[in-house]
Amino acid sequence: MDNFAEILIASLHLTTPELMLGLGALALLMVGVFAGERSGSLVTTLALALLVAALGWIFLNPVEGLAFGGVYKADAFSRYFKMAALFAAIVSLFMAGTRAKAENLTQFEFPVLVVLATLGMMLMISANNLISVYMALELQSLALYVLAAINRDNLRATEAGLKYFVLGALSSGMMLYGMSLVYGFTGNTGFAEIAAALTAGGHSLGLVFGLVFVLAGFAFKISAVPFHMWTPDVYEGAPTPVTAFFAGAPKIAAIAMLTRIALTAFEPVHADWQQVIVFISIASMVLGSFAAIAQSNIKRLMAYSSIGHMGYALVGLAAHNQTGVSGLITYMTIYMAMTLGSFAIIMSMRTQDGQPTENISDLAGLSKSNPFMALILTLLMFSLAGIPPLAGFFAKYFVFVAAIEAKLYALSVIGVLASVVGAFYYLRVIKVMWFDAPKVSFQPSPASLKLVYGLSGLFVTAYVLFGGMLGTAADVAAKALF
Amino acid sequence: MGLQALFFYLFAFVAIASAFMVIWARNPVHSVLFLILTFFNAAGLFLLTGAEFLAMILLVVYVGAVAVLFLFVVMMLDIDFAKLRSTALEYAPVGALIGVILAAELVVVIGGSVISPEIGKTIANPIPDVATRTNTAALGDQLYTTYVYFFQIAGLVLLVAMIGAIVLTLRHRTNIKRQNIANQVARSPETAVEVVKVKSGQGL
Repeated sequence: MDNFAEILIASLHLTTPELMLGLGALALLMVGVFAGERSGSLVTTLALALLVAALGWIFLNPVEGLAFGGVYKADAFSRYFKMAALFAAIVSLFMAGTRAKAENLTQFEFPVLVVLATLGMMLMISANNLISVYMALELQSLALYVLAAINRDNLRATEAGLKYFVLGALSSGMMLYGMSLVYGFTGNTGFAEIAAALTAGGHSLGLVFGLVFVLAGFAFKISAVPFHMWTPDVYEGAPTPVTAFFAGAPKIAAIAMLTRIALTAFEPVHADWQQVIVFISIASMVLGSFAAIAQSNIKRLMAYSSIGHMGYALVGLAAHNQTGVSGLITYMTIYMAMTLGSFAIIMSMRTQDGQPTENISDLAGLSKSNPFMALILTLLMFSLAGIPPLAGFFAKYFVFVAAIEAKLYALSVIGVLASVVGAFYYLRVIKVMWFDAPKVSFQPSPASLKLVYGLSGLFVTAYVLFGGMLGTAADVAAKALF
Repeated sequence: MGLQALFFYLFAFVAIASAFMVIWARNPVHSVLFLILTFFNAAGLFLLTGAEFLAMILLVVYVGAVAVLFLFVVMMLDIDFAKLRSTALEYAPVGALIGVILAAELVVVIGGSVISPEIGKTIANPIPDVATRTNTAALGDQLYTTYVYFFQIAGLVLLVAMIGAIVLTLRHRTNIKRQNIANQVARSPETAVEVVKVKSGQGL
């Protein structure tokens, strides 16, 4: 039994940040219950401190190894993605916390659910076994369903929550079915064991079936075409701070999990999943570009934009080489920074009487009424469109270089063409801000949101200077999978 | 051995008889009560084969939760069972189809050991001998060592489900009249009764 205790302690050491979040969430619940109804801001502050502590622990303690008999894996890849997911969660919670009153998110359960969802994401990123993938995914998804509907008296928010829940349950079911097929045809649930079984036994039709189902489930979670239908409705219906959270951290975690499962467990059958990823990638890029053109609501626009961006990020995975994964990691980082900044601006869009507006046409004349916000939004839109020398350009550049290295010419050409189409709707927002006559004037942005979008604007502008550092970190993370 | 056989036949016979009564009872509440009796006898059968964990889980989950839920639904919803029964025959083909499928699956399960004899080995493999280690202890050994990680995440998932149910449904309503027993007990004749002298022939 001594041996078991040693293994357990070693495992607990590896999973310290997750333990911090798990136990911290329980403690926060207690604080919330005993401090009463009005403890929302206190719990939010404590939750932020908890997330920052977990981020700091991961940053200061680069541990590597397998925990709990190989079902959990800590390596450079998981370390990078966990820091990114935690960072996105911290910024979203910070924005939501400082605007809790205005956004009607004063319940103390809100920060607790964000912490639990983030815990699910970290477990997803480190999952090294099909069962841990599924359990972590459910932990994250369940918390997100509740967050989507947390404004339960708002019809659109409840509709968004219900839609997300029903479609999410469907996709979980498909993924679970695929996993059961994979388990049936390889006899294992661990990633390394699956890879070994596939190398030894070759692949059968049943396994490909399972693989496709698993990929379909993942495509739902990252809102890639053809499983994207929920995204615009959920983005529009959920409270804006929740949407900001949805657009950042969960996608990072799901992409990380997809990359790990594809490049470790299904590495021997990479020709099979590569086709699927190429298809999903092309479909997402094209649909994200064309469907966004007709949108008049900026949250729906961001939803289609995120669908398109997931397509671009998947180009890096489709390339199936280290450059591609490194590009994918860089892409997700830059995407996160741009999305958080954009949502900070969307949260600042409030008319003088405090009513939130989400129409693109309400941005008209922003360059005169609020030049700083207009400037930052212009930078972010240029960056999202991929115009040099902003960060978004480098993100796209790295994944397409990898795709060309992997001789995926058709994918690269379609991707670049789609990004040209996509540039239209980003430029339309800029045109509305700078050249249209003002209609509504906004309240001045609160300092907290100004800080977030200011930093985001700085990031996309200055990326050209410090991008090399980020690229090195991404290379180190990508190397862990090869 | 004789005692065990006796109890087997007792449990089996009562289980089948009460399963029939679930269908035949006129009163739906009786049906549910017979269903509970069936569960109890099935649990007894599990106990005889040494699967005491399954027996307890059957009682806790099926009798404690599911059957009681049935009972609540049957008693609280105003369902006209006579009407349902009159149209039940229309669904008989579907019921028969499901019955055939279930029977076929039973045949496949039992026939499986004939088709691939190595299944017998796997069945015999992971369970320690009942004489040395009970089912519950053996399950605990696995659950709290090999699968402790999954077990803990499952706990967190259930916690999130609980928080979600409370966040989305609990409402602290105002203007509700609640019973305050202390106030009721503290009432005295002076505050509760008013004595009015009414002259005869006149109303109030």
